[in-house]
Amino acid sequence: MQSNAALEYDYTVAKLYTYTAILFGFVGMLIGTLIAAQLAFPELNYLLGEYGTFSRLRPLHTNVVIYGFTVSGIFATFYYLAQRVLKVSMAESKFIMFMGKLQFALYLVAATAMVITELMGYTQSKEYAQMEWPLDLLIVVIWVIWGIVMFALIGIRREKALYISMWYFIACFLGVAMLYLFNNMAIPTYFAAGGVGSIMHSVSMYSGTNDALVQWWWGHNAVAFVFTVPIVGMIYYFLPKESGQAVYSYKLSLLSFWGLMFVYLWAGSHHLLWSTVPDWMQTMGSIFSVVLILPSWGSAINMLLTMKGEWNQLTENPLIKFMVLASTFYMLSTLEGPIQAIKSVNAIAHFTDWIPGHVHDGVLGWVAFMIMAGLFHMAPRMFKREIYSKSLIEAQFWLQTTAVVLYFTSMWIAGITQGMMWRAVDEYGNLMYSFIDTVTVLHPYYAIRALSGVLFLTGFVMFAYNMIKTMTSSKVLTEEPQFKSPMA
Amino acid sequence: MGIRELQGYASLFMTIVFVVALYGYIVYLYRSEKKGEKDYEKLGNIALDDEIDSKPINTSDPLPDEKKGAK
Repeated sequence: MQSNAALEYDYTVAKLYTYTAILFGFVGMLIGTLIAAQLAFPELNYLLGEYGTFSRLRPLHTNVVIYGFTVSGIFATFYYLAQRVLKVSMAESKFIMFMGKLQFALYLVAATAMVITELMGYTQSKEYAQMEWPLDLLIVVIWVIWGIVMFALIGIRREKALYISMWYFIACFLGVAMLYLFNNMAIPTYFAAGGVGSIMHSVSMYSGTNDALVQWWWGHNAVAFVFTVPIVGMIYYFLPKESGQAVYSYKLSLLSFWGLMFVYLWAGSHHLLWSTVPDWMQTMGSIFSVVLILPSWGSAINMLLTMKGEWNQLTENPLIKFMVLASTFYMLSTLEGPIQAIKSVNAIAHFTDWIPGHVHDGVLGWVAFMIMAGLFHMAPRMFKREIYSKSLIEAQFWLQTTAVVLYFTSMWIAGITQGMMWRAVDEYGNLMYSFIDTVTVLHPYYAIRALSGVLFLTGFVMFAYNMIKTMTSSKVLTEEPQFKSPMA
Repeated sequence: MGIRELQGYASLFMTIVFVVALYGYIVYLYRSEKKGEKDYEKLGNIALDDEIDSKPINTSDPLPDEKKGAK
């Protein structure tokens, strides 16, 4: 295939997913902030009848931020950077363009249906797999279309070597495809029972311990292949591109990739420590979780070393700030996770607030920071306008960093306090505290978490405003910036 | 030997196989670069030089013209 100077990258689909990332990010974080406030102030459960209770909104929060915000961010960045690292435009193939738009249309239908059905209370009652069977089928179609687009783009590429980011996106595609199918195997009861009951209801094909194992094989790998793998793919592209520095060690990126692929799949059973799954499997989950530090830190350190000799950019460019802090939070989170997966630590940590604390230093500090930085980087190239306000990004950065620190520190204290109080026994072996004693003690920390939610959400609104102003009324650029994103 | 024990040994065996494969890959990466057969580090430039009309960093399959030596 010959180069064509008149040819341009086509960002139509990337733009569409950027819009949904902003929309779902706001909705998901708004619900998250509300449910955090409900835990501190229970009367907030009664604002909207059955639709406003914690139990109804909590799965909605996780699903909207994962499958709405994060997955939109993944698709937006994929449709942007895959073209660039493969040196091929979506406009070169009508088929690829059609499939990309079809995928977005179906995604929008599925995501909207997800919000409506979960708000109505339809759920498979499996964590991160709440969507009922009709939606699962639709998601399989969406995912397959993504695969078709991905491999079609790879098929017509000019750049023969696949850049490391593409490996991570391929892994995201394959990992989720395999695990999603296995975990969502279910029988729709309406058809099995000859027309009795709700058409939306289904039961899992697995039961008991097996169901739990398959569920956490998926559950933990949703963290792996949605919250980690594609986000690492993003930082391997956006940090070098924004800073103008090639990745510090390409070989280390390859090693970390295969190490992560090898280890991550087997760590899921750490969610089932001290349960009825075989003991060797629990031990395996623990060991693989600890080994996970190596490939995770391999990528994170590679990113920090990419900035070697260029640390001045950290003060000059707020997008570099976002990405370097994202990488640092990735390191924190991937050290904390293995610590929690050690059996003796898990005996205290399990079921406590330390767990959502751990999740959120990862998803807020790593995933959300990286997606927002990626979208900021893409905006001047997609919309051909400079970023609306640098000072707004700076303010957003400090507000959200404060929010993340408040979130995880309050949950560390709350979780360990909770775990210790649950286990405390007096000299006769009786439990020293009742459950409500822990609730009373934890109230201030729940209030701090709710405050951190308000701060993070406010930062997200600043991000959304900055993006919308960038799209609509910022200064028009005459040529595409090479590295550093221009901002007013 | 019950099925659970068998599963445990199978898991250990697979772990060892994959560890050997991973370390083998590391050795391969460094050795092939030392021998001059591969240059992995130049691939990092794919992210930096990503204009649609810029020259590809790596063309592992030689272009037809290059095959004929008529570049």
